Amino acid sequence: MYGRKVKLRFFFVFLIFIILSLSVFLIIKSLEDNVIYFKSPSDLKTAAEIEKKKIRIGGMVKIESILIKEKEVKFIVTDYKNEINVIYSGVIPNLFAEGKGVVAEGFLKDENLFLATKILAKHDENYMPPEVKKALEGK
Amino acid sequence: MFKYFSPHKIFSITSKAPKYVLLLFIVILTIGLTEALILSPEDYKQSHSVRIMYVHVPAAWISLGVFSLITFLSTVGYIFKVRNFFLIAKSLAPSGFVFNIVALVTGSIWGKPTWGTWWVWDARITSMLILALFYLIYLVAWRLYDNNEKIFKITSVISILGIINVPIIKYSVDWWNTLHQPASINILSESSIHISMLYPLLIMTAAFALFSLLIFLMKYNTELIKIKNKGLDRL
Repeated sequence: MYGRKVKLRFFFVFLIFIILSLSVFLIIKSLEDNVIYFKSPSDLKTAAEIEKKKIRIGGMVKIESILIKEKEVKFIVTDYKNEINVIYSGVIPNLFAEGKGVVAEGFLKDENLFLATKILAKHDENYMPPEVKKALEGK
Repeated sequence: MFKYFSPHKIFSITSKAPKYVLLLFIVILTIGLTEALILSPEDYKQSHSVRIMYVHVPAAWISLGVFSLITFLSTVGYIFKVRNFFLIAKSLAPSGFVFNIVALVTGSIWGKPTWGTWWVWDARITSMLILALFYLIYLVAWRLYDNNEKIFKITSVISILGIINVPIIKYSVDWWNTLHQPASINILSESSIHISMLYPLLIMTAAFALFSLLIFLMKYNTELIKIKNKGLDRL
């Protein structure tokens, strides 16, 4: 139905696509640690040793865990399996709140304490008007 | 099977289309902006800053869609040697690129009040930046070479290389931990965006798609006029 050249070109394009996809897959796979923007408290628990360099951790701010003392804010980051204490002083993003997502950048002091130098709020994919939120909570 | 593409026939349609598309675009955009900026409610958490979404998300969608279309046209055009497909792909690229930049810039503006930062190197944002670079190199390749055969090959390869990035952008938020939130709208499951906010989003997407179509038609007409001036009667 189609000429030999057409088939060859199809095969050529197909091969290029496969080769490039596999290469990209390999590259990303080997860089996985860097592609991941933050680690969860569970990742830290399973890690063999405490990392000295700057890392980012993320999870949910535990309900009723935020403690503001003078210039310092203390809170607990949880992924509902493990948790870690975070101490931070500096600008807090608007959406930082208990029960919401957070990403903290800084250094691990020990297994249970993280000294943050920067915190970012991570919001979820739910969008709704305040009235609907209230109605949902009322249920 | 692609023989019926004669530039004269196409031109008689595409030269008249822009004004109607422009009219429709203005109408839809007006409705979309009214819905998005005035009628739609504020978000329970982000309040008014959620309105940036009505520009950010449609722009990102269109830029991904346009790139996919460019790849499809380039590969089919390359395999079956359809010159017209390359011209369509070439004419599509500028609007896709512009929307890609719009998505990055509005994302940055949205990120500051919500996340607390203008820019982070997380997987979603970085892969979107890479897409912008692919658009750029695609556009540059068209300007760089004079030999048509060469351009067709090079732009096809660029588009195939770039298309691998498209699923990475789409699924980056599911595969890896990112600061960027996961998708709110899924075809298979119920979307996590309230219906009163979904409508303006879809209307704005339609408006942006029309804008893309408008820019495409204008670019494509220029290409057809160039061919006419060269005195060729087939593509």
